[in-house]
Amino acid sequence: MTSVPLLTIDELSVAFKTRKGTVQALHGVSFTLEKGEIIGLVGESGSGKSVTAYNVLGLLGPAARVTGGRIGFGGMTMTTARESALREIRGREISMIFQNPRGALNPIRPVGRQIEDVLREHSDLPRHKLKGAAIDMLHQVRINEPERRYAAYPFELSGGMCQRVMIAMALACEPALLIADEPTTGLDVTTQKAIMDLLVELARARHMATLLITHDLGIAAQYCDRIMVMEKGRLVEGGATADLFRAPRHPYTRKLIAATPRPDSTLADLIASTGTPARPAAEAPATAVAPNAVEPLLEVTDLVKEYPLAEKTKASGLGPLQRWFGRTPQTAGKDEPGQPPAGVFRAVDGVSFTVMPGESVGLVGESGCGKSTTSSMVARLLDPTSGAIRFDGQDIAAVPAGRFARSPLRAGIQMVFQDPTDSLNPRHTAFAAIAEPIRRLATPGDGPALTRRIEALADRVGLPRELLSRFPHQLSGGQKARVGIARAIAVDPKLLILDEPTSALDVSVQAVVLELLDGLRRELGMSYLFVSHDLNVVRLLCHRVLVMHRGRIVESGPAERLLTSPDHPYTKALIDAVPHFVPDGDPAAPTPEAAALKLAGE
Amino acid sequence: MTAEALRHARYVVTENPVTLVAFTLFTLLVTAALFGPLLVPYDPLATNTLVALQPPSWDHWFGTDHLGRDVFSRVVVAARLDLAIAVSAVALSFVVGSVIGSIAGYYGGWADRIISRLVDTVMAFPLFVLAMGIVAAMGNTVENVVYATAIINLPFYARMARAEVNVRRNAGWVAAARLSGNSGARVLACHLFPNVLPPMMVQVSLNLGWAILNAAGLSFIGLGVTPPTPEWGIMVAEGANYIVSGQWWLALFPGLALMLAVFTFNLMGDGLRDLIDPQRRT
Amino acid sequence: MARLIMILRRFGQALPTLVGIIVVTFLLTRALPGDPAAYFAGAAADAESIEEVRVMLGLDRSLPEQFWIYLGDLAQGDLGMSISTGQPVLTEILTRLPASLELTLTGLLIAVVIALPLGILAATRPGSWVDHLCRLIVTAGVSLPIFFTGLFLVYIFYYLAGWAPSPLGRLDIFFLPPPHVTGFYTIDALLAGDVETFQAALAQLALPALTLAIFALAPLARMTRASMLQVLSSDFVRTARANGLPPGQVLSTYAFPNALLPILTTLGMVFSFLLGANVLVEKVFAWPGIGSFAIEALIVSDYAAVQGFVLAMALLFVGLNLAIDIAYTVIDPRVSLDA
Repeated sequence: MTSVPLLTIDELSVAFKTRKGTVQALHGVSFTLEKGEIIGLVGESGSGKSVTAYNVLGLLGPAARVTGGRIGFGGMTMTTARESALREIRGREISMIFQNPRGALNPIRPVGRQIEDVLREHSDLPRHKLKGAAIDMLHQVRINEPERRYAAYPFELSGGMCQRVMIAMALACEPALLIADEPTTGLDVTTQKAIMDLLVELARARHMATLLITHDLGIAAQYCDRIMVMEKGRLVEGGATADLFRAPRHPYTRKLIAATPRPDSTLADLIASTGTPARPAAEAPATAVAPNAVEPLLEVTDLVKEYPLAEKTKASGLGPLQRWFGRTPQTAGKDEPGQPPAGVFRAVDGVSFTVMPGESVGLVGESGCGKSTTSSMVARLLDPTSGAIRFDGQDIAAVPAGRFARSPLRAGIQMVFQDPTDSLNPRHTAFAAIAEPIRRLATPGDGPALTRRIEALADRVGLPRELLSRFPHQLSGGQKARVGIARAIAVDPKLLILDEPTSALDVSVQAVVLELLDGLRRELGMSYLFVSHDLNVVRLLCHRVLVMHRGRIVESGPAERLLTSPDHPYTKALIDAVPHFVPDGDPAAPTPEAAALKLAGE
Repeated sequence: MTAEALRHARYVVTENPVTLVAFTLFTLLVTAALFGPLLVPYDPLATNTLVALQPPSWDHWFGTDHLGRDVFSRVVVAARLDLAIAVSAVALSFVVGSVIGSIAGYYGGWADRIISRLVDTVMAFPLFVLAMGIVAAMGNTVENVVYATAIINLPFYARMARAEVNVRRNAGWVAAARLSGNSGARVLACHLFPNVLPPMMVQVSLNLGWAILNAAGLSFIGLGVTPPTPEWGIMVAEGANYIVSGQWWLALFPGLALMLAVFTFNLMGDGLRDLIDPQRRT
Repeated sequence: MARLIMILRRFGQALPTLVGIIVVTFLLTRALPGDPAAYFAGAAADAESIEEVRVMLGLDRSLPEQFWIYLGDLAQGDLGMSISTGQPVLTEILTRLPASLELTLTGLLIAVVIALPLGILAATRPGSWVDHLCRLIVTAGVSLPIFFTGLFLVYIFYYLAGWAPSPLGRLDIFFLPPPHVTGFYTIDALLAGDVETFQAALAQLALPALTLAIFALAPLARMTRASMLQVLSSDFVRTARANGLPPGQVLSTYAFPNALLPILTTLGMVFSFLLGANVLVEKVFAWPGIGSFAIEALIVSDYAAVQGFVLAMALLFVGLNLAIDIAYTVIDPRVSLDA
C-alpha cells in the first residue's frame, strides 16, 4: 500500500459565488486515500467536509470554482477533467451515497430499474441479464425478498431500506472508491448500526476504499481506519483513529472529542474545552441529587392515542417510515389482548409513568415509537384517546387540548422544542418570543418591568441582551436554542418537557445547552421530561429513564442501572447500536447482540 | 427591521432594475386613476364627427374614434374604472378567501371539508365562463362584474391560505404559541396569519392583473360596462370593427393600456416575491 | 388491476363535482333578479305568455321540486329551447361544439409543442439566450389580453401582409364544408381527400388557434421551466449524475417524468382559461362555435342557452380534469396511497 495512493487531494481550494460575493469554502485541503482504506472526514456544519467530497466527483454546481490545488484519482486529474470523462468515472470507478436516501432515489421509478440504469451504463452485461444482476445486488445488501423489492417504489420502503438500495446502486459496478455523505444521518440508531455494519463489511470484502463524511465522531471512531478533522474549510488534523483519540494535537479536535457524549462522560467533561466556565453545580454528576418527594408532580396512567389508519401520518406528524412500519405484516404488532379496533393505529398504547418534583426523567426511543405523541399529550397539545394525566393533583386530561390554553395550569407545563429554528415565529423578535407567555399567562406589568424581567431571563440562559431585538434568522442555532429555553422558563413552570432539544445542534453547542439545562433545573427546581433518541445525552441529564418501543414502555429504571445493565432485549440493542469510542483504547468490541443484529436484513 | 428591510429592498431593486420599472409604471397607473379627468386635454365623452377616425397627430396623440372622441383622453380616464373594478374584486376575494382558507387549513375536519368542497365546485367551472354566467344571471351591471370577478378569484386565495396555514400548522412555533396560552383563534389570527400574509400579497399583485383582464374580457363581449363610458375592454371592442379597414389606433391604445396595467402588476408580483423570498423566484 | 380500480374510483370522485356543477347552474337561473319567467319568456312576451312560461318551467313550485324537475330534464338531455334560434339548446350546442373544440385543441396543441421544449431548454441552460427568451415570452404572454392579440394578428396578417383570409368563420364562403365525420373541418377534409378544402380550413384556423396558443404558452412554459429547475436540483437527479448516467437519460427518465406532474396540473388550469378565452377569440374571428352562440344569447337574454352553455363548458372541463387525474395515476405510483 505504499505505491501511488488511490485518491490524492492536494492543496484543494474551492470558492463559491453567492449573492453576497465570493465565499472561500476550502482553504488548501490535502490528504490521500489508499486502496481499500476507510477514512472518516469529520467536522461540524460548515466545515467544508461535503464540499471536499462532492468536488472529487465534480458534482458541485456552477456557482463553485476550484481556485487552487488538484484532485488526482488513479492517473487522472479530476479537477480539470472534462464532464464526459468524469461521467465515465462516476458510478463505475467512484460511487457516492447520500444523506436522506428516500429523497436521493427517483420517487416514480421502481428501485430495481434504477439499479439497472447504472448497470446498463457502466457494465458490459447484456440486456437480459440486467434484471438478474440488479436483484443480486439487492440480495447482497440483505434486502429480504429481493425479487419482490425490485419492483418497489422508494415510498414503499423504509429509510433504512432506501439506503440499502442506494448502496446496491453504488456498488453495482464494483467501484474502487465509495464516498458516503452522512449516510445514516436521520436514521434511527439501530438502523444506523445495521447500515454502517453492512457498508463496512462490503467495503472490506471488496477491498474498496471508502471516504465517510460524518459529523458524528462516534461513527468515525468505530468504523474508520483514519480520521481527518475539518474546521472552517481547513483540515486541522488527521491520523490513524486510535492515535487521534489517544493524543489529539489540535485544540479543535480536543474540543470536538470532549464535547461528544460518551457512555462515561459527565457534563463537566463535555464543556471542559468549549471555553465556557463550568457552573459549580455541573461538577457533581447529575445522578447525585435523587428526589425524595412523596407526591408525584406528574402521574400518567394508561395513556392511549389512536389514529385512523388512513390519516395517522397526517395527524401525528410522523414520517413515512412510521406509515411503512404500521402497514407491514412483520411489524403489525403481536396478537395480544387489548388490540386496537381494526382500521386504527395505536401510536401510544397504554403508557404509565410518574415524574417526581425536581426529578428529571428521560423518555427514549426511536422514531415512530410514540415518544413525541406522549409528550404532546402531556403538554396538553393533543387529546389522548383514553387514559389519565394527573398534574399537581389535578386530572388535566379532562380539559380538552383546545381549551387548556386558558387553564390556570397552562403555565405549569412548558416545553422546549426540537428544532430551535422551527420553534420561533419568524416574524417575532427574540424579545417578543420570550414575552409572549408572560403576556398571556402571567401579569406582565408595565413596559419597563417586562423589559427587566426578560433581560433577567436572557441573562439566566446566557443570551446577550443586545440580541433580544433580533429576529430568528439573525441568530445562530445555539442562540435560538437559548431563546426557546428562556421562553419555556419565563412563566416558572413546574414541569418542562424537552423534546430532543439538542438534536439539531452541533456537538459543541449541544454540550453547552445541556449544561445550561442541567443548571437551570437545579436552580429553579423544575422537573424535566426529557424526550430523546440519544441514550448518551439522556444519561447526562436524567435520573430515571423510560424506554419506549412501538407505543409502549418496555423498560424503565434509574439511568445508570438501565444503561449499564439493561434487561429488555430492545434496550440492549438500542444501547449497543449507539456508536461510541473509548478515548484511550481500541474502539469497543461489538457485543454478541450487536453481532447478531449485524447479520439481520430488512 | 425597517433598516434591514430597506436595505433588502434597495438590493432587490438594484439587482433587478425591472422591479424599479414596475413600481414606476404602477405610480403612473395610480396617477391616471386618481387624477385622470384633470389631466386629459379633451372631454372623453365629447363627440365631434368632423374629426372622426383621425390617425394619431399632434392634436390627438392617440387619434380619434368613429365619433370623433379623443382616444388618449378616453384611455387615461378609463384607468380609474378598470382599476376600481379589479381592486375591489381582488380585495373582496382576498378578504373572504384568506379567512375561509385559513379556517379550513387550521381547523381541518368538517370546516375544511365544506370549504374545500365549495371551492372545488367553483374551480370545476371554466372561470371566465362562470363569470359570464354570474353576470348574466345577476344582471348586467358593473357591481355584478365586480362580484363575478371576486367569486372566480376566491378559490385561489382560499386554496393558498389553506395550504400556507396547513404547512405551518405543525411548526414548533405554533405549538409554542399554544403553550404560551393562546387560544386556537388567537394562534390563527396573531401568529399564523401574519406569516401567511407575505406570499398572499404576491398572489394579490399577480391576481390584480388577471382581474383586470377578466373584467375587460367581460366588457369586450358586452357585459358590465356599457357605452359610452370609457373602459379599455369596450374601447377595444369598438375599435375591433375598424381593424380590418386599417384604423388600428382605436383598438391599439386601449389594448396597450390594458397590457401595460397587467404587465405592471405581474412585474410587481415578481418583485414582491423577490423581496419576500429570493429562493422562490422562478 | 389495482390501477384500474383506482381509475374507477377517480370517476366516482368526480360525481360530487358533477352534483356541484348542476346545483350551481340550477341556482344561476333562479338567482335572476326580478322575475325569471319574464327572462325566459324573452323581451317581447306579454303577461300571459310569461305566466305560461312560469308554469312550463315549474317556477310556481318550491325550489327542491324545481330542482328535481331540472334533474329529470337534464337526464333526458333537455336543456330547454333557445329563443334566439328557436332550436333546442342541446342541438345548438352539439352542432357548434366541434368548431369550438377544433379551435381550442389546436391552440392547446400548438402551445404544448412550443412550451414544453422551451421550458426544458430554459431550465437546463439557465442564463442562456433560451432562458431569457422564455422569460420574455412568459412575462409578455400573461400580460396580453387575448382579444387584443387576436385583433392585431388580424391587422398584421390580414390587413397589412394579406397572408391570412378574412377573419370570418371556419371556411371561406367559396368552399363547402366537408362531409361530417368528426365535425373538425381539417380532419374531415383530409378524410374526404379534399386537399383544397383542408388548406382553406387550415388557413381560417391558423390565426385564431395561434391567438389561443400565445395565450396558453406563457403559463405552460413558466411551469415547465420552474418545475424542471426544481427537479434538476433535487437529490435524486444528483444521484443519477453521481452514478454517471448520460445527461439525456437523466433528463428523460429522472427529471422530466417528475417535472411532468405539476405541469399536468397547470395544463388543467390552462384548459379552464382556454375555454373562457375561446369565447373572446370566437367573437374576434366570427368563429361559429358555442362561444359565439353564448354571446349572441347573452345579448338577447336567452337564458336557457346561456345556462346550457355554462353547463356544457363545465362538463367539458370536468372531463379533461378526469383525463389529467388518470394520467397522474399512471405516471405517479404514490397517488394510490393518498387516494
